[in-house]
Amino acid sequence: MSRHIISVLVENEAGALSRISGLFSARGYNIETLTVAPTEDASMSRMTIVTTGSEDVIEQITKQLNKLIEVVKVIDLSEAEHIERELMLIKVRAGQKEREDMKRMADIFRGRIIDVSDNTYTIELTGDTRKLDAFIQALDQGAIIETVRTGASGIGRGNRVLRV
Amino acid sequence: MDRAKTTTLTGAEIVVRCLQEEEVEYVFGYPGGAVLFIYDELFKQDKVKHVLVRHEQGAVHAADGYSRSSKKIGVCLVTSGPGVTNAVTGIATAYMDSIPMVVLTGQVPTHAIGLDAFQECDTVGITRPCVKHNFLVKNVRDLASTMKKAFHIATTGRPGPVLVDIPKDITTHPCEFHYPESVQMRSYNPVRKGHAGQIKKAVQLLLEAERPMVYTGGGVVLSDASSQLRELVRSLGFPCTNTLMGLGAYPATDPQFLGMLGMHGTYEANMAMQHCDVLLAIGARFDDRVIGNPAHFAQNPRKIIHIDIDPSSISKRVKVDVPIVGNISDVLDDLLKLLKGARTKDLKAWWKQIDEWRAKDCLRYDRKSAIIKPQFVLEKLYEVTKGEAFVTSDVGQHQMWAAQFYKFNEPRRWINSGGLGTMGFGLPAAMGVQLANPGATVACVTGESSIMMCLQELSTCKQYRLPIKIINLNNKYMGMVRQWQQFFHGNRYAESYMDALPDFVKLAEGYGHSGMLIEQPSDVEPALKEAFARKGDLVFLDFITDQKENVYPMIPGGKGITEMILYEDL
Repeated sequence: MSRHIISVLVENEAGALSRISGLFSARGYNIETLTVAPTEDASMSRMTIVTTGSEDVIEQITKQLNKLIEVVKVIDLSEAEHIERELMLIKVRAGQKEREDMKRMADIFRGRIIDVSDNTYTIELTGDTRKLDAFIQALDQGAIIETVRTGASGIGRGNRVLRV
Repeated sequence: MDRAKTTTLTGAEIVVRCLQEEEVEYVFGYPGGAVLFIYDELFKQDKVKHVLVRHEQGAVHAADGYSRSSKKIGVCLVTSGPGVTNAVTGIATAYMDSIPMVVLTGQVPTHAIGLDAFQECDTVGITRPCVKHNFLVKNVRDLASTMKKAFHIATTGRPGPVLVDIPKDITTHPCEFHYPESVQMRSYNPVRKGHAGQIKKAVQLLLEAERPMVYTGGGVVLSDASSQLRELVRSLGFPCTNTLMGLGAYPATDPQFLGMLGMHGTYEANMAMQHCDVLLAIGARFDDRVIGNPAHFAQNPRKIIHIDIDPSSISKRVKVDVPIVGNISDVLDDLLKLLKGARTKDLKAWWKQIDEWRAKDCLRYDRKSAIIKPQFVLEKLYEVTKGEAFVTSDVGQHQMWAAQFYKFNEPRRWINSGGLGTMGFGLPAAMGVQLANPGATVACVTGESSIMMCLQELSTCKQYRLPIKIINLNNKYMGMVRQWQQFFHGNRYAESYMDALPDFVKLAEGYGHSGMLIEQPSDVEPALKEAFARKGDLVFLDFITDQKENVYPMIPGGKGITEMILYEDL
C-alpha cells in the first residue's frame, strides 16, 4: 500500500465529478483528497486525487479513470518527480497569554495570519500534506478551534507536463 | 454544414430523424407523459417501427436480444421516473455483458428538474454506474450531436449501453436539424490495432507451447471475430474452451473444443486451464465464475497472453505476461499473418492427457430415469432443432444445462445474461431475437421461477405474432438456489420451493397462445417436434422435470478451478 497522486484532465461537463467519485466508491478505492477546478482552457477541468493502494489497485484506478468517456488524460504524478501543495486555513485560540507563541509558531512554518480577533488568529498555511500535518501536530491540540484544508494539488517537475 | 440538408424541426422530430439516419429498424418501448411528443412523431412515420412491450424491463431486454443476435444495435424508449427505474435492470444486464444499445428516456421539463416533479427521477444519476455513458440534453441544439455520439460510443471500443435523457420541453423546441456525419471526441478514441511488438511476443510463446490452451469469451462474439478464431485454433491445433458468454464463437461439435469452462464447465476444460503452460485468453476477463479462486489458479505456473479491447480487463484478477489491447478481429488478423506456415511443438502428449480427462464423461446423467431429466430435454431440443435455433435463456440451472447440452456451432445464437444473471431476461430477449431474425427458430429455455419474472411479455408476443417456443423446465424449485442449499446449507430449502404455481398451459392459452404439458420422458421428443412444426405459433412447453437434479460439474464458490464436485462424488 502506498500513497499516489493522480492528475486527471476531464471535460468540464456536469456530472463528470460524480462519474469519477462514483467510480471510486463503486469499486472500493480510497480517496484521501480530491480537488478540482477549471484549467486555463475553460472547457477542461483538472483534478488531483490522492489515493492509497497496492500497485495492482493503482493500475486499475488509472485504467478505470481512462475508461470514463469524459476523461481526457490521466497521469500518476507520484511515478516521477513532482511538486505537491495544499492550502490550510486554521483558526486557533490566541488570547493575551498565547498570542506571542502562536505568532512565532506560524512564522516558523511560514504561515500567515490573515484574520485577527480578540481571542483568535486565523492562519493560512501552504505546503505539502506532511508539512500541514506537522503544523497541526506542533500546536497544542486544545488551541485548535477549526481547520479547513483544500486537499493536495500536484504538478510534475521540469518538462513533465499534463496537457492535451 | 451542408445547408441544403438543413431544416427546422422540433426536438421530437429530431429524435425520430436521428433514428432514421441511424437506420434503426425497431424501437422497443412504452409511452408515458414525458415522451408523448416523441411518440407523436413516431406515429407520423413508418420507417422506424415501435414495439410496445408490457413492462419497461422487457423493452430493454428485447433491445438487448435484438442486439446480441444481430450485428445491429438495440434501441429502446421509455418515459421518465418509473419508466426509467423499471428499465434499470435491463440496462445493467446489457452493461455487464457489453451489449451495444441506445436507451432514450423522457425527463420532466428542464424548468421542473430538481423540484420533485411528477414522475421525476435523477435518471443520469441512477443509471451512471450501469451505462457506458449517459447524457442529459439541456438544449435542443445539442440533441442531434448527442444522439450521434450515443450511437458512436455504444458501438465502438468495448460496446455498452448509452442513455440519452431528454426533458419534455426540449422535444417541443425548434432547431435547425443537421445530423453529423462523424464524431470527433478528444476524450474518446478507442484503439483498433494491437501493438505489433506484443503480437510478435505472443507468436513466440504460442510456438514454444507444449501444453497450450485457448480460452475465449464474449469479446470474440462482439467483435465478430469467430471466423478468425476458428482459423487460428485449427491452424495451431490447440484445444479451445469458451466462456458462457463466448459459446458459439468456436464450434461446439469440433474435436478441438473442450466445452465450456468455469463453475459448471467441463472437467477437461477446467483441468486444461489449470495445467496448460501457455494460455491464450481472448475477449474474456478471468471472472470469479470462470477461474474460481485466483490464488489457486496462480499455483500452476503458465504464461498468459491476453487480447482485449478494454485495458482495465487485463491484469484485473490474474497477472498477464503479454497484454495486447486492441479490437479482437484486427489483432487476430495480425496474429494469423505472423503464424502463416509456422510450426508448433508436438502436442501429442498434451492431447493424450486431455483425452484422459475427457474420458471422465463429466456431463453424464441418468438416462434411464422414469422422471424427465432436464438434460434430456436440452439434448432433444438440440436434435429437433438440428442445432440451428437461436436459444435464449433465463438464469439458473436450466441456463447451465442449456450451455452444456445445446451445442452451439455459430456465434450470436446463444443469448443469455451472463454477467448480471438476470432472471426474467429470456422471454423478452427472445422477442428481440425473433424480430432481428424473422423466420428463424427461436427457443426460450427457462424455468418456472424465471419465466414468471417477465411473463407479461406473452402479451407482446401475441401482438407481434412472435412464434417463440418456450421450453419451461418446471421442477417447482428455484433450482440453482435449491442446489446451493442442498450443498452448502444443510438441505434447508429456505423459500426456494414454489407453491401455487399457475397452470402454464391455461396461462399460455389465456394470452392467446397454446401450451403443452409434458410429464413422461417418452413424450419429450414428440412434443418438441410438434411444437417446432408449428412455425407460426408461440408454444409454451411445460416440462415437469426431476425436482432433485443438480448441475454437475460444480466448482463451489471461492474454490479452485480443479476442485470440482462431479456426479460420481455424491
